[in-house]
Amino acid sequence: MRKLVIAAAFALPMFGGAAMAQETVKIGYIDPLSGGGASVGEVGLKTFQFLADELNAKGGIQGKKVEIVPFDNKTNPQESLIQAQKAIDSGVRFLTQGNGSSVAGALSDFVTKYNERNPGKEVLYFNYAAVDPVLTNAKCSFWHFRWDANSDIKMEALTNYMKTVPSIKNVYLINQDYSFGESVRSSAKAMLAAKRPDIKIVGDELHPLLKITDFAPYIAKIKASGADTVVTGNWGQDFALLLKAAADAGLKVNWYTYYAGGTGGPTAVKQANLNHQVFQVGEGIPNLDHPSSQEFEKAIRAKYDFSLFYPRAVNEMRMLAAAADKAKSIDPIKVALALEGMEVEVFDGGKGNMRKDDHQFFQPIYISSLGDRTEKEPFDEEKTGWGWKLVAKIDTPATVLPTTCKMERPN
Amino acid sequence: MLELIVISTLNGVLFGMLLFLMASGLTVIFSMLGVLNFAHASFYMLGAFFGFQVSRWFGFWPALLIAPLLAGALGAGVERFGLRRVHRNGHVAELLFTFGLAFVIEELVQIIWGKSPVDFRIPALLDFPAFTIFSTNYPAYKMFMLLVSIAIFVGLLLVLKKTRIGLIVQAALTHPHMVGHLGHNVGRIFMLVFGVGTALAAVAGVIAGPALVTQSNMAGLLGPILFVVVVVGGLGSLPGAFVASLLIGLVQTFAVSMNGSLSGAFGPLSPAYASSWLADIWGVTIAQVAPIVPYVLLVLILIFRPMGLLGTRDT
Repeated sequence: MRKLVIAAAFALPMFGGAAMAQETVKIGYIDPLSGGGASVGEVGLKTFQFLADELNAKGGIQGKKVEIVPFDNKTNPQESLIQAQKAIDSGVRFLTQGNGSSVAGALSDFVTKYNERNPGKEVLYFNYAAVDPVLTNAKCSFWHFRWDANSDIKMEALTNYMKTVPSIKNVYLINQDYSFGESVRSSAKAMLAAKRPDIKIVGDELHPLLKITDFAPYIAKIKASGADTVVTGNWGQDFALLLKAAADAGLKVNWYTYYAGGTGGPTAVKQANLNHQVFQVGEGIPNLDHPSSQEFEKAIRAKYDFSLFYPRAVNEMRMLAAAADKAKSIDPIKVALALEGMEVEVFDGGKGNMRKDDHQFFQPIYISSLGDRTEKEPFDEEKTGWGWKLVAKIDTPATVLPTTCKMERPN
Repeated sequence: MLELIVISTLNGVLFGMLLFLMASGLTVIFSMLGVLNFAHASFYMLGAFFGFQVSRWFGFWPALLIAPLLAGALGAGVERFGLRRVHRNGHVAELLFTFGLAFVIEELVQIIWGKSPVDFRIPALLDFPAFTIFSTNYPAYKMFMLLVSIAIFVGLLLVLKKTRIGLIVQAALTHPHMVGHLGHNVGRIFMLVFGVGTALAAVAGVIAGPALVTQSNMAGLLGPILFVVVVVGGLGSLPGAFVASLLIGLVQTFAVSMNGSLSGAFGPLSPAYASSWLADIWGVTIAQVAPIVPYVLLVLILIFRPMGLLGTRDT
């Protein structure tokens, strides 16, 4: 009898959980919440929770409450698959992840195989930040959707701007040693050679991902190379610590980056006193002359202590809701089909569309620099007093690159 | 070129001295107690977090004193109430005990301070460039780290070689029973040594915390390389640990600054192999493999000179 009671005590809440699951749309957030990637992972988690609250305030998705369920993957592909399985077992049908293309590749693969083996229980994978081009080219999957511009799109935009800056002569490339860093360096080399053959690549470095605590030796090398410009795809602590070491050594060059705005980045830029010498390419900045996104920015800053670093996450969550409305269902296959080719007004203004051929989202791209603000830039970053200033805008049609994706669709 | 060599040497020596601060405690503990303390790097981490917390309340300088004392007291407690009991069950039990302890400490740190980096700042007093060499600034704080490390090395050597306590410690290393018969409390000496060893690691933590990153994974990042230092230097040899620390610091820093690869040395690979696995190995630079160079050294030392550079007995 006693055993039965104990068994029931354990089992009943589980049944309760299963019943609850149908009332909510669970989104499994798989990203680093410990280790070197934790600082960015936590900001991402809070951003998604903020977005879930926003949707819930409007009645949720198809009348169901949205819940973000965090899973810590330690930026490790192997660990991510374990966490993904755990998420699926707990009733999650939508996964989202962003940090690390190595992780994204593994997850995309995992989800594709899982869906083949478990018809009727499909899972979708929403990628909000892993930008290795291969994910929407050679290794594309029907179950994977990417809201961030891929690395090639970003580099195309960045080099289009760089070619108009005559003072750039010697460029140093420093990137993280994995698929994403590899793709940044190779596209940077190829595009710079095509657009500005006079630019010399004076250094080409790959360093271990999220393991370096002191970049002083790398900074010494950059300094010795005589570079006037550094191009880097580094994110998280790999960017903040790189700039911190540059500040310590007094290295004065221009930085062209993907993720200077990430946690700790602006603080390090201010410490290094690089006023409007650090550029970032991305899908939006707080200081755009666009009222609705500025309202959102004020709201997220009032609630948390950070600025919105992921406008793409906003697009992702709002489009998920829109796709569910269009399909009148939260069934992953129907949502996926509704997302294909969907055209929307993006968070920072302008048209965006989810290309059906490869599930890559296209949107306006902005290049901005961090430094002193004028009255046109109301927001600063990390209480440094410095904020992002718009340098160049690339409209959606100009960002479209061809894809080699041959997508296999479910029957 | 000269510029790169000078700066790399400075950076390498600095990193080496930091390693030594930690390895010194580890190697003394090993030579006395015969315990390879897997949790040693965890005390380094504890030092950094205690330092962060205390500096919040009282400022950096009191933290530099209080944090190592706290960590040392904790270390002494671990020896007195943990290791000494486990000791009866042999070396494997001790090893497993410290191994488990490392995980416990990491989890505790995560529970108390969270998983993301804490904002541990360099004291304002030392936040300026000490000197400029080849137009590169050298931060005063790094100079300070270097001086503290050297001071502790000299102090430790003097205590071990010139004082009564040092003599007893050295005697207890080789002849614990004899020392006990002479009326010294060997148990207390062991506890003291364990406490001092972990306090040294904590000193390293307090001074490295602001310069590097104070985060719950910092023990995991530096732990493995400590064992390289101790094995390469010779288990239980203090001068060996010193030499090995500097060697590894310099090797790693210089490896980062080198661009050489097989393709640089022997010319590009013939196009026939361009897409094979060989191409990856051919194109990889020394800078890229820098992080594993110390471990290559570890393997080579274990094969060709198992007692280490300055060690006297086999591992």
